Amino acid sequence: MTRTLVVAGNGMVGHRLVDALRARDGVGAWRIVVLGEEPHPAYDRVGLSAYLDGRTLAELSLAPALDDDPRVELHLGRPVTAVDRAGRTVTTRDGARIGYDALVLATGSRPFVPPLQGADLPGCFVYRTVEDLDAIRDRVRAVGAGAHAAVVGGGLLGLEAAGALRGLGARTTVVEFAPRLMALQVDEGGGHALRRAVEALGVRVLSGTRTERLEPGADGAVARMVPADGDPIDADVVVFAAGVRPRDELARDCGLPVAERGGVLVDATMRTADPRVWAVGECAAVEGRTYGLVAPGYAMAEVVADRLLGGGAEFPGADLSTKLKLLGVDVASFGDAFAVTPGALELVWSDPVAGIYRKLVVSDDARTLLGGVLVGDASAYAALRALVGARLDVEPARLVLPEGSGAVPAPLAMPDRATVCSCHNVSRREIAEAIRGRGLADVGAVKACTKAGTGCGSCVPVLKSLLADCGVAPSRGLCEHFDVSRAELFEIVRATGIQTFSELVTRHGRGRGCDICKPVVASILASLGTGHVLDGERAALQDTNDHHLANLQKDGTYSVVPRIPGGEITPEKLLVIAEVARDFGLYTKITGAQRIDLLGARVEQLPAIWRRLVDAGFESGHAYGKALRAVKSCVGSTWCRYGVQDSVGLAIALELRYRGLRAPHKIKAGVSGCARECAEARGKDFGVIATEQGWNLYLGGNGGFSPRHAQLFAQDLHTETLVRYIDRFLIYYIRTADRLQRTAPWIESLEGGWDHLRAVIVHDTLGICADLDAAMERHVASYSDEWRDALQDPDKLARFTSFVNAPDVADSDIVFVTERGQPRPASPQERAVLVAGPTLGVAG
Amino acid sequence: MTAVLERAELDQWVGVCRYDQLLPERGAAALVGGRQVALFRTSDGEVLVVTNRDPFSGANVLSRGIVGSRGGVPTVASPMYKQVFDLRTGRCLDDAAVSVPVLPARVRDGVVEVAVPAGP
Repeated sequence: MTRTLVVAGNGMVGHRLVDALRARDGVGAWRIVVLGEEPHPAYDRVGLSAYLDGRTLAELSLAPALDDDPRVELHLGRPVTAVDRAGRTVTTRDGARIGYDALVLATGSRPFVPPLQGADLPGCFVYRTVEDLDAIRDRVRAVGAGAHAAVVGGGLLGLEAAGALRGLGARTTVVEFAPRLMALQVDEGGGHALRRAVEALGVRVLSGTRTERLEPGADGAVARMVPADGDPIDADVVVFAAGVRPRDELARDCGLPVAERGGVLVDATMRTADPRVWAVGECAAVEGRTYGLVAPGYAMAEVVADRLLGGGAEFPGADLSTKLKLLGVDVASFGDAFAVTPGALELVWSDPVAGIYRKLVVSDDARTLLGGVLVGDASAYAALRALVGARLDVEPARLVLPEGSGAVPAPLAMPDRATVCSCHNVSRREIAEAIRGRGLADVGAVKACTKAGTGCGSCVPVLKSLLADCGVAPSRGLCEHFDVSRAELFEIVRATGIQTFSELVTRHGRGRGCDICKPVVASILASLGTGHVLDGERAALQDTNDHHLANLQKDGTYSVVPRIPGGEITPEKLLVIAEVARDFGLYTKITGAQRIDLLGARVEQLPAIWRRLVDAGFESGHAYGKALRAVKSCVGSTWCRYGVQDSVGLAIALELRYRGLRAPHKIKAGVSGCARECAEARGKDFGVIATEQGWNLYLGGNGGFSPRHAQLFAQDLHTETLVRYIDRFLIYYIRTADRLQRTAPWIESLEGGWDHLRAVIVHDTLGICADLDAAMERHVASYSDEWRDALQDPDKLARFTSFVNAPDVADSDIVFVTERGQPRPASPQERAVLVAGPTLGVAG
Repeated sequence: MTAVLERAELDQWVGVCRYDQLLPERGAAALVGGRQVALFRTSDGEVLVVTNRDPFSGANVLSRGIVGSRGGVPTVASPMYKQVFDLRTGRCLDDAAVSVPVLPARVRDGVVEVAVPAGP
């Protein structure tokens, strides 16, 4: 018989409970009614700050959606307001009563707002929901440039909020009562390192400071924060991030016991004093203790799902290890981070110059790792955390000292029972068995099969090494001729100055190359600006599109696309295109990139077609290349009633700047003159959208097989800064992306992702910006039209022949018929008729 | 699919072009006895000839593919859908059921000659 489970709350843990229960409830034992307070389905609250970077609510929503399962009823905006335990019903805010056989309280927590004078002034916020973030953003924008923000609380959430405020352009101060930042996670040394890193990003830190009161300005909204001692701080926006309090009112009101410091009291099975009522997540106090992280909440959800189906699971206790990136700074803390174990020893490496602090805590005999703190570089976190409790077979000092002198422990040294993924509680043994038993070949397959790596993602490096351990390391090599990746090959070519494929494959590869590596090398040489794509031996490396500077079509003919920068073209030039198409019998079509495609050109016709086009002032549109294609634009402020900037002018300038730039994949771009976004710039590798103050830059969009929206990278930029950021983005992409990797997956593949990209481009953390800028300047200075050059070189023109021994004879198998007044390739049936008899309107 | 042409069917060597008209590691199309063929000059000086028609697309484009090697075998990859062919045997290395005809070739006095089959 089907029973009814009511879940009060649709946050991350509530969602996890429902997902886990229905995944295991094969017989349909439970009908699940979810009553959520927020108007949206559960979303990733841990990743909330990404919302301000342009990630949409839909993108933040947790998968899988619950409402497509007939066993689940999802009610949004209908929170539970009362529980009648005797009658086994809950009442929702709109007065509905719903009966339950089991009730799970998953109501989460609320931000703690300290009882300060002025804490309720307009301009004061908490940081928990998308609505909070909308309000914060609106406030910062309303105040305008030069807004001051203050964050009360320098813990994890406070730094997260500070990062978001800084991203919105506010001058931000973090006020922390404790003597250091993130006092719960890191020790004094780590706190110092973190503070230096945060201050280097322009965020002011006042630690050991108590907020006395908040004062309004003339408009009645908050304007100043007054500390207990010291000078007042300007603050047009105040965000409270001073901890959370469990939302345990439902339990209190229905007489269930709560913990001394709040939280619905549950035992290790997550049951309250009423056997039909359970509590999970931040509202629960497991044997008196509350947990503010998502991983323990997930573990609680799994326990309840198991118990509801008759299992015997118990809460295993929580691993409070954390690894996060705050304001671009890696921070990790795991195990006994504060060395409270009796006799524990601490090994510390601190490098204030590089901004790195690393501490490991080991047992008194230095043989067992107990915990640690990592600031500035947490790349070893996953491997080290998995070693906690295991016997070390290396000198502990080697794990602390910087790379080169030390060694990150191989996962081989990791015991089988070690938890690799603490979000989903997956052990090394389970992963290794899945890899071997099910023949998993890459990280994606491991994620899909074991769920490991699908939570916070910090264990992904360990998954990679485990794959290697199991003998299935995916080769980074390009193909059988090169064992190195495209990015490595790029660096080899750049460093050695090798200019020919034959020398490169002899010195750094083997064999004679193939259709994988040859175009890659051709592209690298082109990206480095070392001459025409058809110069000498290089011509042989190009695939047919680059070799003929045109796009191969299904019948062996080519298409011709002249560049029309920004989509702007004069009537005179339109006439030239029309005449060329008519004279050569070409099919014409407007492309999605605001250009005109001329199709049906035979290889031997290409030079004559292009001579006409070049003489009329056209140049190659690089539609055939893995290169910048076009910069699409709307008409912008010049004509449009709503435009706020000259989008056509900028699009033309960008297209002329980046034309001819060869890359690992094609690059598309767009510029919109206002937020209505008619140029579809967010569907492009780089997109620019005008604002009243300047330009917003979006990166990493594309259409095609896996469409992606570009994400907001920077706001309200001056044109000069905008161009500099795009320059760096493009050159960094060209140097480091894989073959055929577009910008969106490239950004994801970067260690550190978006934060890393921003750090490199905006803050020059790698110290390469001058080099990137110079590389783009070289490109701009050395650009020359490929078709104009080819037309002036008899050797290059010699390749545009139909037959080496009959250069002017056309391929007789190319046959066109007329459709809607234009030529198109004949179908096999039409071809049979055409060969047999005359007529049918053969063109060309 | 057509098998490799038998020597016995051949009746004459036809001069096609000068050897130096061919680029190393690149193909060129030619008309030989009314047939469209693809000539390839490999980096070690060999000249290999197959018919120019790509059996997967039906277009005469094999001469425009990228030349290379797979496991030591000289190859061309069709520019249309990228299947790779063994230039010595005409066998498609990505689809065992498919092959293209191979024609014998040689270089005499700097001229590339291709043996063309007798008959239609």
